[in-house]
Amino acid sequence: MAAGGGIDPIHQFQIHPIVELKLFGLNLSFTNTSLWMVIVLAVVSAIMIYGSSQRSVVPGRLQSLAEMIYEFVAQTLTGVMGREGMKFFPFVFSLFMFVLASNMLGMLPGSFTVTSQIIVTAAFAVLVMAVVLVYGIVKHGTHFFGLFVPSGVPGWLLPFMVLIEAVSFMSRPVSLSLRLFGNMLAGHIALKVFGGFVVVLLGSGAALNYAIAPLPLLLAVALTALEFLVAFLQAYVFAILTCVYLNDALHPGH
Amino acid sequence: MPVRSSGFVRHGWAPALACLATLLAGAAQAAAPHGESGEGASFPPFDPTHFASNLFWLAITFAALYWLMSTIALPRVGEIIEERAGKISSDLDKANAMQAKAEEMAQAYEKALAEARKNAQGIAQAAREAGAKASDAQRHATEAELAAKMAQAEAAIAQTKSGAMSNVRDLGSDIAVAIVTKLTGQAPSPAEATAAVDQTLNRG
Repeated sequence: MAAGGGIDPIHQFQIHPIVELKLFGLNLSFTNTSLWMVIVLAVVSAIMIYGSSQRSVVPGRLQSLAEMIYEFVAQTLTGVMGREGMKFFPFVFSLFMFVLASNMLGMLPGSFTVTSQIIVTAAFAVLVMAVVLVYGIVKHGTHFFGLFVPSGVPGWLLPFMVLIEAVSFMSRPVSLSLRLFGNMLAGHIALKVFGGFVVVLLGSGAALNYAIAPLPLLLAVALTALEFLVAFLQAYVFAILTCVYLNDALHPGH
Repeated sequence: MPVRSSGFVRHGWAPALACLATLLAGAAQAAAPHGESGEGASFPPFDPTHFASNLFWLAITFAALYWLMSTIALPRVGEIIEERAGKISSDLDKANAMQAKAEEMAQAYEKALAEARKNAQGIAQAAREAGAKASDAQRHATEAELAAKMAQAEAAIAQTKSGAMSNVRDLGSDIAVAIVTKLTGQAPSPAEATAAVDQTLNRG
């Protein structure tokens, strides 16, 4: 697929600095990723802050949207963690909105998908795990590690079970970050590849190729719809798994 | 600052700073081993060149988002929703109270109506009874008066009759005396004549 920058499916993930910035010997340039992070921040803030600024009892459109998102996330969270989980509400809400806005804005043609950078999803996953560990240990002390000791297991089996539980716990951030990253990356590559087919077929000049060119176009249209679903679903999955992991910190007992 | 109805916002600052610190630490970690050497990597998401900058800006934007959401947006939206729920429930309560009041009033009205109807019946009954009694009394009085008048009349008749009878007897005895005198030429005593007339009257 090396037919020039326009069709290279990887090109869309290229990071290029907009403003060079070096601090403490680190390359902290303001890149296109940073730009889209700021756009995500602006969009979410616009919906949630500007949308709720009227404080009307009968909501307008934007306020309805803000309230809908609020209640959706609150329901998801209380469904997993119960009422006491509401102390994590701002955290889960910010995560959900950041990921959702990144995924959705990534669907705009010519935009950049922040969540297709593994370092971003990994940072989120590590952040979630850090919150789980810190809150769990601060709140429950050593009792938190009872998470790794399933009850009702015969003594000789216990070391293996603890090992398995520990490995499963440590693989959580990996699966959490890779799931989101992989979905966003693969979806965008697939879209680009099918879009690229159309261009290649039309550019080849052969009559038969003109005839079959609409097929990948149709597929690209279908894939776009699918990608919107995936964009929402992955944000939801990310949020609900965060809730599940945070629930372990709230209630470490099995 | 608005009144905070939900408890989560009170520790809005600390987690935001914690997020920032965690991600910044990550940024430093990511940048440390790789430095600027990743230019050759072909797949951009795995190219460590921009890991540090991505983490840095992610830390800033996410911390800002967390701060904005936890201190401004979420309390406000939560408040709006609570306010609306409160307003709806208070309105419902008010409506229920008013309905109960209306029902009470309807019941009171029904009761008053039933009472009034009962009263009216009682009054009508009493009036009817009083009327009947009055007319009875009047009838009795009239009857008594008539009876008295009749008795009086009867007495008058009897008196007149007895007067007449005595007149007739006197007349009879006078006539009898006259007839006997004419026939016999001898005048009987009035006592004899009267006795004879009485005898005849009693017989006939």
